[in-house]
Amino acid sequence: MKDYKGQTLSWQIVNGAIELALHRDPCNEIGSLTLDELEKFAATLPVLANESHALIVYSTRKAGFSAGADLRELFERGQKMEKTAALRGVRDFLERIHAVMNTLDAAPLTTIAAVHGVTFGGGFELALVCDIIIADRMARFCFPELRLGLIPGFGGIPRLKRDLGNAVVRDLLLTGRSFNVMKAQQVGLVSQIAAEGEALRVARATASQVGKFDRRTSSAAKAFVKPIPYDELKREIDIFCDLYSRPAVEEGLRAFVENESAQPYLP
Amino acid sequence: MSAPTIDHTLDEILNLAAAHFKVPREKLTPDDDFFKTLGIDSLQALDLLTRLEQHFHIELPDYELQGVSDFRTLANRIQSRL
Repeated sequence: MKDYKGQTLSWQIVNGAIELALHRDPCNEIGSLTLDELEKFAATLPVLANESHALIVYSTRKAGFSAGADLRELFERGQKMEKTAALRGVRDFLERIHAVMNTLDAAPLTTIAAVHGVTFGGGFELALVCDIIIADRMARFCFPELRLGLIPGFGGIPRLKRDLGNAVVRDLLLTGRSFNVMKAQQVGLVSQIAAEGEALRVARATASQVGKFDRRTSSAAKAFVKPIPYDELKREIDIFCDLYSRPAVEEGLRAFVENESAQPYLP
Repeated sequence: MSAPTIDHTLDEILNLAAAHFKVPREKLTPDDDFFKTLGIDSLQALDLLTRLEQHFHIELPDYELQGVSDFRTLANRIQSRL
């Protein structure tokens, strides 16, 4: 399946680079449907990788790259099921999305996240699996999970720790604040800053550049500098599930989904 | 170099907001609720925050904007970072 057009995402190969476009309204919230399609992509990746040298992940939604996990779905799961079944469902979801993220993280080609606007929570975690983050100057990065009584659950903390100093990780995580792109570049998260609306173009130019090098050498270099923290990733799932069972989380999720104002992106 | 005055900061915020959200400058006053006057939601408020951070070359954590909805208080928050 070289080309695919799904409900939440699509992919195609353009000039030797796989372009994975996220297009679920309003801002690529990651729920069951997105996970199904991400799994489809991960399963197809070995075939696509035979014909490409890079992967670009980007969003076609104006609001941003992704607002993260679908919190409405997470809340409703807790309402419809009895607690043990809901927790089992959450763990299953996390294990599946971790499998996808680990596949993308270890992909044998150079991966580039081209982000703009809201790059929050699970969306931020998706960007973090990529080798290079190229950000539009209006992008913002945030781990808002502590506002809900949770921690990031899609591998965010171990991957952020892999890439950044622990003090920066604590700042982002424990305050729940968002970083602008200048700060993100200053701390080493963002590789390149693009003008508004230009992140995809810059990512394509970068993909073209990485395509000039011997593929096997690039893969070896990537494997050497980007180890995957499997043990911490598994621990993250356990901590998330421990926290999810508490009443405070249900209240936090309820407050979020019942908020009738515009999406509550401010802390 | 001394920091600009609060009035100057406020004026720059109003100019930037008027230009970006395409609202006549003369319709904006310091004590306006910017969510209402500009007709913006929290997502657009984040956009405004990013533009203000870039304009003033500061970092203003978004939790400092919690409960802030008027230009004057916003100017005070920015002023404390200049």
